Amino acid sequence: MYNFEFAKPTTIADAVEALGHEEAQALGGGQTLLPTMKQRLAAPATLVSLNAIPEMIGVCLNDAGEVCIGGATTHAMVVREAAAHYPALAALASHIGDPAVRNRGTIGGSLANNDPSACYPAAALASGATIKTNTRDIAADDYFQGMFETALNDGEIITEVRFPVPQTANYQKFVQPASRFALVGVFVAQFADGVRVAVTGASSDGVFRWTEAEAALSGDFSKSAVDGLSVPSGSMISDLHGSGDYRAHLVKVMTGRAVAAAG
Amino acid sequence: MTQVKMTVNGKSVSGDVEGRTLLADFLREGLRLTGTHIGCDTSQCGACVVHVNGEAVKSCTALALDLDGAEVVTIEGMANPDGSLSVIQQAFQDHHGLQCGFCTPGMVMSAAALLKDNPKPSEHEVRDYLEGNICRCTGYHNIVKAIMAASGQDVTQIAAE
Amino acid sequence: MPKDHGIGASSKRREDVRFLTGRGRYTDDINLYGQAYVHFLRSDVAHGTLNGIDTSEAEGMPGVIRIFTGKDFEGVGGLPCGWQVTDKHGNPMQEPGHPILAQGKVRHVGDPIAAVVAETAAQARSAAEAIAVDIHELPAVIDMRKALEPGAPKVHDDLDSNLCYDWGFVEENKGAVDEAFSKAAHVTTLELVNNRLAPNAMEPRVAVGDYAAGTDDSTLYTTSQNPHVIRLLMGAFVLGIPEHKLRVVAPDVGGGFGSKIFHYAEEAFCTFAAKQLKRPVKWTCSRSEAFISDAHGRDHVTKIELALDADNNFMAIRTDTCANMGAYLSTFAPSVPTWLHGTLMAGNYKTPLIYVNVKAVFTNTVPVDAYRGAGRPEATFQLERLIDKAARELGVDPVELRRQNFITEFPYATPVAVEYDTGDYHATMDKLLIMIDRDGFDARAAKSKEAGKLRGLGINCYIEACGIAPSALVGQLGARAGLYESATVRVNATGGIVVMTGSHSHGQGHETSFAQVVADMIGIPEAQIEIVHGDTANTPMGMGTYGSRSIAVGGSAMVRATEKIISKAKKIAAHLMEASDSDIELKDGQFTVAGTDKSVAWGDVTLAAYVPHNYPLTELEPGLEETAFYDPNNFTYPAGAYACEVEVDPETGKVKICSFAAADDFGNVINPMIVSGQVHGGLAQGIGQALLENVSYDADGQLLSASYMDYAMPRADDLPFYQVDHSCVTPCTHNPLGVKGCGEAGAIGSPPAVVNAVIDALHRGGMTHVGHIDMPLTSARVWTAMQG
Repeated sequence: MYNFEFAKPTTIADAVEALGHEEAQALGGGQTLLPTMKQRLAAPATLVSLNAIPEMIGVCLNDAGEVCIGGATTHAMVVREAAAHYPALAALASHIGDPAVRNRGTIGGSLANNDPSACYPAAALASGATIKTNTRDIAADDYFQGMFETALNDGEIITEVRFPVPQTANYQKFVQPASRFALVGVFVAQFADGVRVAVTGASSDGVFRWTEAEAALSGDFSKSAVDGLSVPSGSMISDLHGSGDYRAHLVKVMTGRAVAAAG
Repeated sequence: MTQVKMTVNGKSVSGDVEGRTLLADFLREGLRLTGTHIGCDTSQCGACVVHVNGEAVKSCTALALDLDGAEVVTIEGMANPDGSLSVIQQAFQDHHGLQCGFCTPGMVMSAAALLKDNPKPSEHEVRDYLEGNICRCTGYHNIVKAIMAASGQDVTQIAAE
Repeated sequence: MPKDHGIGASSKRREDVRFLTGRGRYTDDINLYGQAYVHFLRSDVAHGTLNGIDTSEAEGMPGVIRIFTGKDFEGVGGLPCGWQVTDKHGNPMQEPGHPILAQGKVRHVGDPIAAVVAETAAQARSAAEAIAVDIHELPAVIDMRKALEPGAPKVHDDLDSNLCYDWGFVEENKGAVDEAFSKAAHVTTLELVNNRLAPNAMEPRVAVGDYAAGTDDSTLYTTSQNPHVIRLLMGAFVLGIPEHKLRVVAPDVGGGFGSKIFHYAEEAFCTFAAKQLKRPVKWTCSRSEAFISDAHGRDHVTKIELALDADNNFMAIRTDTCANMGAYLSTFAPSVPTWLHGTLMAGNYKTPLIYVNVKAVFTNTVPVDAYRGAGRPEATFQLERLIDKAARELGVDPVELRRQNFITEFPYATPVAVEYDTGDYHATMDKLLIMIDRDGFDARAAKSKEAGKLRGLGINCYIEACGIAPSALVGQLGARAGLYESATVRVNATGGIVVMTGSHSHGQGHETSFAQVVADMIGIPEAQIEIVHGDTANTPMGMGTYGSRSIAVGGSAMVRATEKIISKAKKIAAHLMEASDSDIELKDGQFTVAGTDKSVAWGDVTLAAYVPHNYPLTELEPGLEETAFYDPNNFTYPAGAYACEVEVDPETGKVKICSFAAADDFGNVINPMIVSGQVHGGLAQGIGQALLENVSYDADGQLLSASYMDYAMPRADDLPFYQVDHSCVTPCTHNPLGVKGCGEAGAIGSPPAVVNAVIDALHRGGMTHVGHIDMPLTSARVWTAMQG
């Protein structure tokens, strides 16, 4: 790892200021960033830890009934504290990485990185979450812009993520056996005004909404509703863990299972 | 270099570290606590697991400076005060839960974290919890058995010696 | 009643206490005063001409002490190969040079080009990044069959081709084998791949070189399974340091599985550089670096055929294998696909005619060498998959087809040059069938079906040749080393014993099990015996630990040395009791005169040996210390029967291991707990090979599975509790303990059981078009096969 200056502000304002310096980079739990830096694939001059900002840590329910999760909240805390409000989200968090990773990794870090195989992007997109930063609110539909690409500007911090709570929801993760990331993960969320289906792990464009399935499930929320659909394999990732065809197939299977599990 | 202070295995310690100094490096090189091992560079093998403020953490994926002021417990701090093996350590020996010993510190630390939250885990829960701890020697059989035994469960029905 | 001490007792492991409290001493825990650090700049292309290396900028970087390149090693020996195979025409194999740092060409991703020694590891790495390397990239050969095509790019320009050797075994049998096939009532053919694996001991390799200028002594601390072998190879063939000026220490070693047998460039470099720089030089391998610098395992592509007569008796076996050597010959690489593979093609069956052809091939990949089982898993996998396929084609029970062809009379000389001393293959199969409740399978399958899953059962046998091995035999087969083992038993004045063994423990528990044997022989507590290993300065010349040889060969040496001790001690006791030494009996640590109530204790005798006031000095030297070198007259032949039950998810192709059972015959067992643990670990590695693990290169020679993000290691939730049994015992007839060795069996015997089970599940599910799926049986591969 190259060396860097380390800053650990205690307020969002101080963090924003620290990130204003040349080649400064925010550090969430570091569970992806630090391994990347060990490979010397990233070389920030200053690393700004977001782990000591109390206003960015915690889970609560707001007046609109949304689950609000501070950007520096660990996966483990989401598992514990979101379970009562949004069980499918807590269940998703409980299968990210492993227990030690969940004790450090944060929701803000995961969403800012937008790994194409990460779990949280599927939850945020399927839930129609709002990604709240130090400057603005970004709708999940606008936030995810391709593999490792987001709407965040340089120095912009995810301070909170607000999840509308669906009537019913479920996430099905088919794990890549080495990394334990999602080979394919599908989050299905049924709201009063329709169903949203978000897919991670499968596409070279990153997380995406499977709109055909959403339409079908909005009319008939049953496993069989997706039986006749097919996922175009063209943009699917093809690698040593599975072909594009296989991933496309898994998207359908996992969607069906998520619907069945959501009930 | 910046000074970092922590409580490690109940003792106050301090040292000068760089920004990039990992907790694992600080423990191994700064404090000569070489029981914490480094088995990979992608945060997966878990040989480096220690407890930070009571929670299992991969010390190879945490910066020492980010843990300034933390309470850290390593494998060197797990034995009973009189030096005898703790219940978990003893169970690993009794049930042959280790062979080469390299992954063992991380396994013991993960096991302790699991049993703190879940005093009577099922086989499935133990295996699930060990997702981030890789062992190449034991095939996990005796590790899972040892952890279940350490939790006071009867493991005599589990196959093999 | 299970025994509570000595041979046959599940004594708890004494070494565990230090490992469980963080007080192990692994090589990376060793830091020497004034130590510098080396970082190796490695090739990022698979094949290329090295036109120039510009180190000028790097040399000025902070902390840099010196930068070494291939030029610095001109005149220094290359890494030697310890085994020469003779091809089917009687010619020696093609044997390329293997420089410490690349000279002229790079031949695989990871090939070391330069070595930067600096004050810190980070400085060394930064400086390495500043080295400008001019490489003219050449087309790479990755696929073995393409590498053998005329006109293929050559890995080594000075060799005739990429063919290391074309080996026929037994060449004289070829005509008879072909004739048997022409007369066969049925021929079953199978083409398969034995996937390339990365051994992945959890402790990455480390080397620390040290040099004492005052005495001209060099010391290497290294993660090795055989420090004496490293001392001999590195001292005699690479650096020209005589053994008495070179000490090699392998302290606590975090697993080996074969990968730490070999002499690696980094070990020679650190020893060399320490002397050049007059400072200790340390190298710690990262996991990412391990994937491109540790020798890999397996990597065979095979066509195998079985000829059967009208009564389903095996008539002949014929195989055609390409075995990947990688870019250079690692220490024992040539022996793996030949003498450790061809000699096992008879398996547990009385097939009268066998012909094995192996073409060893150079490719632009990491060198391939022994990995747990080494050649024997490849043989077992071919044979046991083939027999399963034959049974399916013939519509007979795969267990019955095996039983019908079992070898039942011993000793049995196979047509592939080895003689099995003992065994009872029906016994282990009988035991296995009880363990797995085969009759209950249909009910379990029905239950799986209700849950939407396809259940399958796979059964197979295995045999291995281990306890490697008789020096005279391996010498004839091309080994350039002897394969005896040694032990010195030193009895101290007050009765405690130190055993210095040439075997090396890196997880096998020798400190406990070896002590059990000596304690049993003398009748004193195990706690009075200390086992010392891993340091050439205080152990006799030994060959180390691999090939399931420690207890069979190293243990036997220790028994022989202990016998000498007992013999001398009886003479001393006889003198003390004024009796004839032929009347002295030793039991429970007491010497008695037969038929009398006279006795002296073990401690009285040992004290007399060192305080010889009342001692037969004219007949006997004082002291009580003996050394033995033991060289067996045959391999040992552990064998057994394994079974796996799986569930396949027909929607995704995902395979779940429901149960795994292993019935082994290891001969006599010293510590059943340790033996079970060895089997467990082997099973996990075999199941890992069958379902998860794969070293994968793209066509340009870039490693795709270069970290744990892409190389799937078996984890706790991939595996079940295993059922293991070693109650079927046919003791080895030619070593004093009657032991056979247990370290590799699990890895050898388990892959075919898993694959047989998956194929069985698919056939039961109606997918009878699936004849075979190559390992690893990932969800994607199984699903793709199911699609037809």
